[in-house]
Amino acid sequence: MKLNTLLASAAMALGLATGAMADDPTKVGFVYVGPVGDGGWTYEHDQGRKAVEAAFGDKVETVFVESVAEGPDSERVMTQMALEGADLIFTTSFGYMDPTINVAKKFPNVKFEHATGYKRADNVSTYSARFYEGRAVQGTIAGHMTESNVIGYIGSFPIPEVIRGINAAYIHAKKVNPDVEFKIVWAFTWFDPAKEADAAKVLIEQGADVILQHTDSTAPQAAAQAAGNVVTFGQASDMAEYGPFPRVSSIIDNWAPYYVARTKAVMDGTWSSVDTWDGIAPGMVGIGEISDAVPAEVKAEALALKDAIAAGEYFPFTGPLKKQDGSDWLAEGETADDGTLAGMNFFVEGLTGDIPQ
Amino acid sequence: MDLSAINPVQLIAFLMVAATPVLLAAIGELVVEKSGVLNLGVEGMMITGAIAGFAATVETGSPTIGFIAAAVAGALLSCLFVVLTQFALANQVASGLALTLFGLGLSALLGQSYVGVKPPATAKIDIPVLTDLPVIGPILFNHDLMVYFGIALVAATWAVLKYSRAGLVLRAVGESHDAAHALGYKVVRIRILAILFGGACAGLGGAYISLIRVPQWTEGMTAGIGWIALALVVFASWKPWRALLGAYLFGGVTVVQLNLQAAGVAIPVEYLAMSPYLITIVVLVILSADKSSAPAALGRAFHASR
Repeated sequence: MKLNTLLASAAMALGLATGAMADDPTKVGFVYVGPVGDGGWTYEHDQGRKAVEAAFGDKVETVFVESVAEGPDSERVMTQMALEGADLIFTTSFGYMDPTINVAKKFPNVKFEHATGYKRADNVSTYSARFYEGRAVQGTIAGHMTESNVIGYIGSFPIPEVIRGINAAYIHAKKVNPDVEFKIVWAFTWFDPAKEADAAKVLIEQGADVILQHTDSTAPQAAAQAAGNVVTFGQASDMAEYGPFPRVSSIIDNWAPYYVARTKAVMDGTWSSVDTWDGIAPGMVGIGEISDAVPAEVKAEALALKDAIAAGEYFPFTGPLKKQDGSDWLAEGETADDGTLAGMNFFVEGLTGDIPQ
Repeated sequence: MDLSAINPVQLIAFLMVAATPVLLAAIGELVVEKSGVLNLGVEGMMITGAIAGFAATVETGSPTIGFIAAAVAGALLSCLFVVLTQFALANQVASGLALTLFGLGLSALLGQSYVGVKPPATAKIDIPVLTDLPVIGPILFNHDLMVYFGIALVAATWAVLKYSRAGLVLRAVGESHDAAHALGYKVVRIRILAILFGGACAGLGGAYISLIRVPQWTEGMTAGIGWIALALVVFASWKPWRALLGAYLFGGVTVVQLNLQAAGVAIPVEYLAMSPYLITIVVLVILSADKSSAPAALGRAFHASR
């Protein structure tokens, strides 16, 4: 893959040198937090990159750097990309937020797109998907599927996106199964298969028979498969290779249409800084096929919920809901506003344990 | 908080599994460093072993062949390091880092068709009576063979380094290659053997992750374990049993902190998350107060003419 990119850029340079190339192609850079072969989060972003290449052919040139640590090192990678003439750079992890803003200041003519963050600038857009809509569907299935009434949840970092997912899954699991209990383990990594597998094993050992994950690799799926009767859900990518059991459904991130549209906007000169937050309805969040391991009536209920969310008839965070400390959050029928959701830093009533601050 | 959910017997059994990859890699690197060579390519050799072992196991259906293939692959990759540092006399730090980068890339390339494949299960030993003993059974007699192999390797390394002539020669080469050379020992040949041994051990450690601990192949799946093994060697002050202690401490605290989190213990998660690194380092630093130091010739290139 890297070799291809290298060869492509070498060929491009040659083409430019001989004057065979008429137009300067639009250069799009991608910064990834894990390897493109993680089978989850980064894999799907890379599918989006490939869609951009497929859509524009030789009018576009894409480059990517994988396994970039969040923090200062990402700043170096972004600066390098900008210096090499990138017109548009997608930074695809929450921890790239401040580095993106910093680098964007230095390169006002380069457009930046930061995934899952909340800081914008004239040349920095943010985009994210309403994964919590998918989590609501997962929670419904999980609540029905658990027999021990213990659901294990592998969190990555205690950031709003992850907390939203936990809350959404819990609310909907509780709705169909009032006895359900969540055990949450924070892995403090997005990608570390050994640690993710360990976390899954620990949760299974402590009685969980459904594992939800918010980390990027398929390791928890493998751990659940080895354990036998444990249900899992694909995260970020379909992870269909672990279906029909343990993986019974999944949340699929579909970045391709967005990446193509934004690249087009740069080409047309119509790019402007926006905040995009799309869910199931526009197709940014997909629900992977619900396998036959799930009883038909549960499957029907989950699909009905999905359709209601897509149609805008149902909102996953609808009152009455209380916060963990018992204080009121949403009154009967009231729905959460995007601002609260974007900065969510509290658990809903019934969840145990503290959020690391 | 519900500590009763934690089963201490399971915990200790699980700890031994979590510690084995880092232990295997560390004991290999310990021998390499004892011979006076610093190979920073552990991570690269581990991940290469992980994919080689995984691929061989999937193709042949035999985890035993898989582990052998992993050791061979790790050793083969370390040959590159041998050529660079022992014959071309390149800088060992730079060569080691290059080896890690190369190993990560190579494994990603080799592993493309193995993503999502499930490996055949590795059998655990099952000794009638012993395995069924309460408490002791699950802790001591119900693991896969590699766990025992790791411990045996530590014992063997310790015995060879301390009591055998070969160990003495190896240490002599690591302390002063000029003196060893003057005595007629083949410095380069001894170092090559040590490097190959280190590569094989790192390969085994990697395969343990991809075949038993996770078990699957994912690009970059060693995720820094090779670096922890390197640090462990230093903090264990180049002593095999301390490396074992360090690896078990590290694996143990990692597992304990996950268990405590899942049980909902009221210790801030940040402290739990950093505890494996912190506790392992503190304990080993305290132990290393006896002034044992690095092999004197560590990281220095040797050529007979100089």
